[in-house]
Amino acid sequence: MEFFIISMLNGVSYGLLLFLLSSGLTLIFSMMGVLNFAHASFYMLGAYIGYSVAQLVGFWPGLIVAPLVVGALGALFERLTLRRVHKFGHVPELLVTFGLSYIVLELVQLIWGRTAVEFAPPELLRGPAFTLVHHANDTLEWFWGSVDGAVCAGQGVICSPFPATRGFMMLVALLMLVSLWLLLTRTRIGLIIQAALTHPEMVESLGHNVPRVLMLVFGAGTGLAGLAGVIGGSTFVTEPNMAATVGSVIFVVVVVGGMGSLSGAFLASLLIGVIQTFAVGLDHSFVSVAQQLGMEVSDAMRENSVLKLTLSQVAPILPYLFLVLILIFRPKGLLGTREG
Amino acid sequence: MSKPYYEFKPYNVGRWIVWSLFALVLLGAPLVFSGNLSITMLSQMGIAIIACLSYNILLGQGGMLSFGHAVYTGLGAYMAMHALNAAADGQWPIPVSLIPLVGGVAGLFFAILFGYVTTKKAGTPFAMITLGMAELVFAMSLMFSEFFGGEAGISGNRVVGEAFMGISFGPPRQVYYLIAAYTFVCVGLMFAFTRTPLGRILNAVRDNPERVEFIGYNTQKVRYLAFMIAGFFAGIAGGLGALNFEIVTAEVVGAARSGGYLLFTFLGGATFFFGPIIGGILMVLAAVLLSELTKAWLLYLGLIFLFMVMYAPGGIASLIMMNLRVASFGKLREVWVAYLALGVTALVVLLGGGAMVEMIYHLQLDAAMGDVVKYLGMSLHPKDAGSWFGAAFVTLTGLGIFELTRRQFSAQWAEIQTEIEKEIKRRETQ
Repeated sequence: MEFFIISMLNGVSYGLLLFLLSSGLTLIFSMMGVLNFAHASFYMLGAYIGYSVAQLVGFWPGLIVAPLVVGALGALFERLTLRRVHKFGHVPELLVTFGLSYIVLELVQLIWGRTAVEFAPPELLRGPAFTLVHHANDTLEWFWGSVDGAVCAGQGVICSPFPATRGFMMLVALLMLVSLWLLLTRTRIGLIIQAALTHPEMVESLGHNVPRVLMLVFGAGTGLAGLAGVIGGSTFVTEPNMAATVGSVIFVVVVVGGMGSLSGAFLASLLIGVIQTFAVGLDHSFVSVAQQLGMEVSDAMRENSVLKLTLSQVAPILPYLFLVLILIFRPKGLLGTREG
Repeated sequence: MSKPYYEFKPYNVGRWIVWSLFALVLLGAPLVFSGNLSITMLSQMGIAIIACLSYNILLGQGGMLSFGHAVYTGLGAYMAMHALNAAADGQWPIPVSLIPLVGGVAGLFFAILFGYVTTKKAGTPFAMITLGMAELVFAMSLMFSEFFGGEAGISGNRVVGEAFMGISFGPPRQVYYLIAAYTFVCVGLMFAFTRTPLGRILNAVRDNPERVEFIGYNTQKVRYLAFMIAGFFAGIAGGLGALNFEIVTAEVVGAARSGGYLLFTFLGGATFFFGPIIGGILMVLAAVLLSELTKAWLLYLGLIFLFMVMYAPGGIASLIMMNLRVASFGKLREVWVAYLALGVTALVVLLGGGAMVEMIYHLQLDAAMGDVVKYLGMSLHPKDAGSWFGAAFVTLTGLGIFELTRRQFSAQWAEIQTEIEKEIKRRETQ
C-alpha cells in the first residue's frame, strides 16, 4: 500500500514537472505554430542559471531570477532569429530551434563544464515532506516530516519517506497551471493572445502589436521551461545530458495529448509520469510472472532475452511504446481535435 | 521558338556528360587522393552521399522532416553485419559484394514496419513521432544485447571466402570501389525516382497536400511509399558502413547521427537533387577534419546551420544555382568585387571570433596545458587582457565593415535580380 501511495505521488509529481515543460511547448505551438525543438535546452539553461544564482544569493531568488532570465533569452531568440524565418514556413522555424539546441548544449558545456554540477535544494526542502510508516500489524501511520530512527528500526516496520522537493514540485506546477489558466481565460491579456492566434490581422488593426505578443508568448513559454529547469535540476541532476533525456519525452507528451491541446498535455504528462515511475519500481518479467503463476519455466525461456527483461529495464522505452500505441489506435491524440 | 539549349535526339547529351563525369570522379578520386586516410574518407563520403540523398527523399522531395533517419541506416548496418558473420560461418552463402543489399532489404523492412506509424501524420507531428521512434530504437539497442552487442557493438571480418579475381575486399581501395559502384547506382536510381510519377506526386504532396487529395490520391499512402524507398537506400548506406568499418555500435542508431543527416542534407541544399551530395561530402569533411582542427566544432556547426537557415534556406546548392543564374546572364562580373570584400571581412570576423572561442575553450577545458593557445600559427594568451582586447577589436572592426559591405552587396544583388527579370521578360516577348 505504501509503495502504491509513494509511487503514485512520485509519478504525479514527475508528471506535473513534465506538464510544466510541455505546457510551455504547447503554448508556443498553439499560439505560433512553432515546434520549439530547443525547449528542453531552455529547461537545461534554467537549471544551470538557477544553479549559478543559487550559488550567489541563494535558492529562492534563483527560483525567481532564472525563469525570468531564460524567458528573456527566449524572447530575444524569437526577436532575432525566429521572426526572420517566419516567412519561410514552419520547417525552417523548427530547424532554427534545432540549430539552437546544438549551440545551447555547447555553450552550457563551455560555461559550466561537461560533468554534473551539485545543485542541491535549499535546507527547507532537503528532508522528507512526510513519512508513511507500515507497522508490523499491517496498519499505516502518517507523520509530517521525518520520523525518529528508533520507530523504523522495529521488527517488520517499513518507513517510506516522501521527499519534500517532490512535494514542492507538485505545488509549483499546480500554481503555474492555475495561474496560466486564469491568465489565458480570465484576463484582457489572455483575450488578446487568443485573438492574435486566430485573427492576427483583426487584432493588428485594433492597435495591438501582434509580433510583440508572439514574442512575449515565446518568452513566457521558455520561461516556464526555465522554471521547470530550476525545480527539476535541483530535484534530479543538473548535467549537460539533461536536455536530451527529457527532450524527447515532452514531445511524446505533446503528441499523445493531442497537438496544441493544453488539457491533453496535462493528462498525457500525468499518465506518462505515473506509468514510468511505477515501471521503474517493479521488478517483474514475463519469466518471473509465469513462475509466480505456477507455470513450468524451461531453461530456454529463462535465457530468452525478451522474456527475461524486467519491467524496470523496459521503463525507458514505455513512453515511446505508448506513443506508438496511441498513433495506431487514436492518431489525433487523447484530447486532440484535429486529425492529420 | 527554338530551345535555349542544345538537344541531340534521341540522347540527352547534357545528362550523359554529367553522369559520365560523376563516374569518372568516382573512379579517379582514389588515384588523386591516394593516402590511406583519404581513401577511408572517400569511402565514408560515398556512404554519406547515399544516406543524405535517401534522407532528402523525405526532407526535400516529400517535405517530411525526420529526426530518426539513423534508425534505418543503423538497423541496416546491424543486419548487414549479422549477414556478414553468417556468411563467414558458412551458414549463409552470400557474396560480400551483396551484403549492402541485405542492409537495404533490412532498411526497407523496418521502414515498412515503422513507417506505418510515422507517416500517419505530416508536418510537425511527423518530426516529433520520428524522434520518438528513434529514441525507442536507441533505448532498445541497449536492452537487447544479443542482437545489438550492447556497448561494445558487434564486429566482423569482411574478408570472407575465396578471393574472386584478386578481389578479397581486404584492402581499403577495393572496398572503396565497391562503395563507389553502389554510390553510382544508388544515386542514379534515386535520381530516376524523382522522375517517376510517384516522385512527382510526392513533390505535389509536399507542396499542396489538399489538392493532391482532391485529385484522388491518398497522401498518407504516397508518404508511406516514399518512406519505404528512403528506408531501402538508407539501409544500403548502413550496410556499406558496416563493411567499411567492420564494426557496428549502438551509436549508429543514435539521435546524434540522425541529427547529422538532417543538418548536412540541409546545409548541402534540400531543394536541388545534387544538394545532399554536397552535404554528404561536407559531413565527412566536418567530422574528420573540423573535429581535428578545433574542439569547438559543434558550436561552429550549430552557428553555421543557424545562419544558413536564416539567410540561405536553400542550402549551398541554391547559392550555387543563384550564382549560376547570375553568371548565365553575364552579370557575375559586377558582383565579384562585392564577393571579395564580403569574403575578406567575413574572414576577419571569423578570425577574431574564432580566437575568442578558442581562448574560452582553452580556459574551460585544458587550462592545465599551459597559458598559450596556438591559433593559426599565432600564440594567444587567454590570461592576458591584451589577447582578448585584440581579438575583440578584430571581431568588431570586421563586423562593422562586413555590415557596410553587406548592405551594399544586397542592394547590388537586388538590382541585378530585377535586371535579370526584365531580361527574361524581354526575351519572352521576342
